[in-house]
Amino acid sequence: MRTITELAGDGGPRGIFDELSRREVRRAALTAVAVPGYQVPFGSREMPVARGWGSGGLQVTLALVGPGDRLKVIDQGEDGGVNASNLRRLVVGHVGCAEETDTRAATVIQSRHRVPETPLRADQVLVLQVPVPEPLRAVESDVREQRRMHAEADYSRMWVGLYEDVVRNGVVTKTAGYPCMVNGRYLISPTPIPRFDVPKLDRAEHLTLFGAGREKRIYAVPPHTRVEPLVFEDIPFEVEHTPGAACRHCGSDGSYLVEVPAADGTVSWVCSDTDFCARHREGRS
Amino acid sequence: MSWALKVEGLGRVYGEEGPRSLTGTGPEHGTSVSPVTGAVVAAWDVGFEVEPGEALGVVGESGSGKSTVMRCVAGDERPSRGSAYLRAYDDGATDVLALDDGARRRLRVDRVAVVYQDPAAGLDLDTSAGGNIAERLTAAGARNFGRIRDRAAELLELTEVPLSRMDDPVRTFSGGMRQRVQIAKALANRPPVLLLDEPTTGLDASVAAGVLDLLRNLLERLGVAAVVVSHDFGVIEMLTRRVMVMQHGRVVETGLTDQLLEDPQHPYSQRLVAAARG
Ligand SMILES: Nc1ncnc2c1ncn2[C@@H]1O[C@H](COP(=O)(O)OP(=O)(O)O)[C@@H](O)[C@H]1O
Ligand SMILES: [Mg+2]
Repeated sequence: MRTITELAGDGGPRGIFDELSRREVRRAALTAVAVPGYQVPFGSREMPVARGWGSGGLQVTLALVGPGDRLKVIDQGEDGGVNASNLRRLVVGHVGCAEETDTRAATVIQSRHRVPETPLRADQVLVLQVPVPEPLRAVESDVREQRRMHAEADYSRMWVGLYEDVVRNGVVTKTAGYPCMVNGRYLISPTPIPRFDVPKLDRAEHLTLFGAGREKRIYAVPPHTRVEPLVFEDIPFEVEHTPGAACRHCGSDGSYLVEVPAADGTVSWVCSDTDFCARHREGRS
Repeated sequence: MSWALKVEGLGRVYGEEGPRSLTGTGPEHGTSVSPVTGAVVAAWDVGFEVEPGEALGVVGESGSGKSTVMRCVAGDERPSRGSAYLRAYDDGATDVLALDDGARRRLRVDRVAVVYQDPAAGLDLDTSAGGNIAERLTAAGARNFGRIRDRAAELLELTEVPLSRMDDPVRTFSGGMRQRVQIAKALANRPPVLLLDEPTTGLDASVAAGVLDLLRNLLERLGVAAVVVSHDFGVIEMLTRRVMVMQHGRVVETGLTDQLLEDPQHPYSQRLVAAARG
């Protein structure tokens, strides 16, 4: 009898993510690509970051990248944040790939809560960190019932949630993590990305992989796949937009902007995507 | 006209399902509990047909198996044996009891609707009256908010629920009003078959009378094939043309409702009628 280790080899660097873990995550990711939007369970490992702090995204990224890759990691659009920097250094140190901040040059982009402004290409992969993968949790707490609803594509309770929201508030109030149908079949939560980013996933050139470490789930939106927000026909899906607002650094009014309050009570706006902002500024000067 | 719903040889045994459990049960033995295995033969060899626009009554004392039959036909549980056919599914050629759970559940969207005694069994009490109806409409593919609102309002009007209450959670409604909302939801997608299990039991007499009036009007107007289960011959008399009497899980007599009330043949039917005429 030979052991699994003998058969599979323990290849690759030891430490935070061994070859077997890598294979398991790759297998789950392939299943996820084959069944767009379906949440594939995987054996989430202990990671040197707390679960819920990107451990799912990190495992997906570690399963994808090799020494030849250029890795970009962003947190809320920023490459420079502490969490993003730590995650990036962790992977680079483990795999030996290159660090990257330019969206255009990156081969793999791990992100928390944003899709980059620059459209991604077919040779790039976006990995989104997922805190809560189950969109049905908002309307159903029983996990078996959630599974049944997915299996039968029985999403009428979600629609009732939207209906009640519009009745009470006149609009659908859900902003981040807006529920979407993938390929007309499975309902997903696209992670807490703003509504603004949802259209970027629809029929995109690139592959998006979603990794939830705490909940041990991977799901995917393959290239050229429909991603449709759950909306009533007669109530259009509107993305965040403040009339008149523009980035105080680069002047952009077509990117996702975040509000910056000043001490005197006034507010200004800046791009959430710092890489986009820097290049937009260069392009203008 | 031909049937909208046909049920054949329906049986449901709680416990060991073999033939040993049948011996010694039924009206002639005065029990539905097997003396051999202790299994409950809740329903056995039950069959009936219902035509569009017709209402069939199922009457019997508590524990006689009425709700069991209803739940099996509705798809809430699986029978031990028997089959059921819907004209609206594969033109009646497929035994719907043999469908998988998902397919059975889909029948409940627009082909077989159920009204339970307890409104909480058919409604989400924390959702508004309109929202409860919206659930059934969206399950059938409705995606236009304005049209969903209009249809929900139309249904609430039909069941005489004040439109001013449309956006209130059903939990804030009285028992009679909840039952009207449950009826509205059941009718949302115009199902050709409607199953009503003790729809007015548990309501105050005057409230029950109002709901019964409503049901009688609806059954007359909608052309739906209805099965009305009740322990109360008064309800059966008011709503149905034909009736089936159940005792200890078996059908002991069937006939036209007015004739059976006039001249019951089976001693058990005679007792039920006498009690109702009290
Ligand atoms: N889940 C169950 N397990 C065991 N026995 C049951 C179950 N449900 C019903 N029964 C039994 O089946 C018989 C018929 O019950 P039911 O169909 O509810 O009668 P009815 O609706 O006429 O009052 C009763 O003896 C009841 O105790
Ligand atoms: Mg009953």
